[in-house]
Amino acid sequence: MPPGLEATEAVLRLEGIRKAYNAGRPNEVEVLHGIDFIMQRGEFCALMGPSGSGKSTLLNLIGLLDRPSAGRLAIGGRDTTGLDDRELTRIRGHQIGFVFQYHHLLPAFTAEENVMMPMLLDRGHPDARMRARAATLLENMQLSDWKDNLATNLSGGQQQRVAVARALAMNPPLLLADEPTGNLDSVAAQVVFDLMRRVNREQGTTVLVVTHNLGLARQCDRIVEIVDGVLTGDERLTLHNEPRGSRISSPLQ
Amino acid sequence: MFDWLPFEWIAASRFLREGRMQTAAIVLGVSIGVGVIVFMSALLTGMQKNFINRVLSAQAHVVLLPSEEIARPLRDADGVAEAAVVQKPYQRLRSIDQWQKIEQQVAAMPQVKVVSPMASGPALAVRGDAVRSINLAGIEPAKYFRIVPLDEKIISGRALLGTEDILIGSELANDLGVKVGDKLRITPSSGEGLALKVGGIFDLGNKGANQRNTFVALHTAQSLLRLTGGASSIDVSVHDVYAAEEVASAIRAVADIGADSWIRTNAQFFAAVNAQILANVAIRFFVGLSAAFGVAAVLVVSVVQKSKEIGILRAMGASRGQIMRVFLVEGAAYGLAGSILGSGLGAAALLVWQQYVRNADGTPLIPIELDPQLFLLAAFIATLTGLAAAVAPALRGARLDPVVAIRG
Repeated sequence: MPPGLEATEAVLRLEGIRKAYNAGRPNEVEVLHGIDFIMQRGEFCALMGPSGSGKSTLLNLIGLLDRPSAGRLAIGGRDTTGLDDRELTRIRGHQIGFVFQYHHLLPAFTAEENVMMPMLLDRGHPDARMRARAATLLENMQLSDWKDNLATNLSGGQQQRVAVARALAMNPPLLLADEPTGNLDSVAAQVVFDLMRRVNREQGTTVLVVTHNLGLARQCDRIVEIVDGVLTGDERLTLHNEPRGSRISSPLQ
Repeated sequence: MFDWLPFEWIAASRFLREGRMQTAAIVLGVSIGVGVIVFMSALLTGMQKNFINRVLSAQAHVVLLPSEEIARPLRDADGVAEAAVVQKPYQRLRSIDQWQKIEQQVAAMPQVKVVSPMASGPALAVRGDAVRSINLAGIEPAKYFRIVPLDEKIISGRALLGTEDILIGSELANDLGVKVGDKLRITPSSGEGLALKVGGIFDLGNKGANQRNTFVALHTAQSLLRLTGGASSIDVSVHDVYAAEEVASAIRAVADIGADSWIRTNAQFFAAVNAQILANVAIRFFVGLSAAFGVAAVLVVSVVQKSKEIGILRAMGASRGQIMRVFLVEGAAYGLAGSILGSGLGAAALLVWQQYVRNADGTPLIPIELDPQLFLLAAFIATLTGLAAAVAPALRGARLDPVVAIRG
């Protein structure tokens, strides 16, 4: 662990995280082989790696949707090892925002209601405050005119922006995004990415985004690479302020 | 609305609306089940009530009779009788021993409503060449009419019984060609007859009863039947008709007298009612069971269909309990909606039944009351059944692994 990175500062801290499926059985497969990883408050980090390298597994562990087979995982300085489902659910609701690649929204609800959902799940938020919060978030995502549309009536880019707004509803310190632009065209992808970037700058939200898009990854503060369940690269960038025109174009795109 | 409705209710109502066809189909399924149950229950209750009313409007709840006469052959020693063959003695018409005292005793019992002594026996009604055998019943009208409301069944004349009056049934009046005010000669099996005036003609709703039953004042019957000062039976009506048998045994315990309750004299009817109740319970149970399985099946499918949404909700901070309650609410809603619709269906079927299934005289075959309690009970049980049926699917939904659910 690099010196100077105190536990209280780190939004996210992983120590020796391992994940094995079918543990104890002959077909046991270890997907993650001891990951050490720390994210500071306000960092915007891209997680890259080939398919099957363990990116999504790692993201699910960080999002507390799954439990590691070994190692320690702390969120906001709190060790999550041994917490029961109720506690994990609570941390998930308050500390973590999730953006998925597909199946992002609840189709039975409007854009506004989708954004309100995390607050509704948390209970006790007055209706007016939830609506005001949703209105602000949707305005930030340039979706005010679409708030009463059912999720299914929105375009892919709009849906993904609603998903980002929803992930931010509880103002979580940590935003996790699993290929949020994976099924969008490059313009829509850039719009969604820029909005996440803006939230990161303005609110200081820590963002971890899984992406295959090197062009977008180059706009982050940091790129972490994972290959075959091991972190193989950790690069800090300082170029994210440079104008769009000079972006590195990737052959992956 | 998001203010006062918790997440579970909102999500359940949206999911129900989203799967309109499923919702409509299962609600219809449940409502048919509830409709059948409501219809059958109301019909059965109506039938029982109707029958009991008919039976009890023409007979007392408990009838007290003199204890049977038995033969007492001489005995030489214990177990050694003088007579080899002992014939059962005949039961002659006789009075209940000290019936006035027994009447007072029974009337003092708290369960007893009315006690009415009666002197009755066989006789012949004669007019010219026409002779009909009748049952002559001597009554005290003030008491007897409170047990059998004969005064309400008079179709011509009045229900007044003077010393020389007789009330006869419509069939007997027809057979003998008499009308109110005509004289009729009543001859008992032995002794002198008496000419009585027809004071009123009644219709008990039963041809045999209208042919055979006649009523005179108690003292008239006593003199005709040679039961001077006596009563051959005592009619008793009780407050709780279903407790008649207990009252009868209580009376048997305090007096040396025979006491038959209507429950025992109509034992066959009760056997039939019990068989019906049993069949009805079985049908209700299985109809309810099939509705429950329907609800469970629909919810299992719904959980599978919604697994991605469940995963997303879990990722957003929905607890297992919240997910579980969404489906419990859905199940209860299926039950409640089905019971409301089903109560309507059942009530409509009952009204149609009452409209078209009628007696020859146009009165409903079975008068049915739409008891609001029945509908409340149906709604309560259906909601509970829906809730119970939802438990397994809801648990399944709650236990979904969010990672697997989101991946699909």
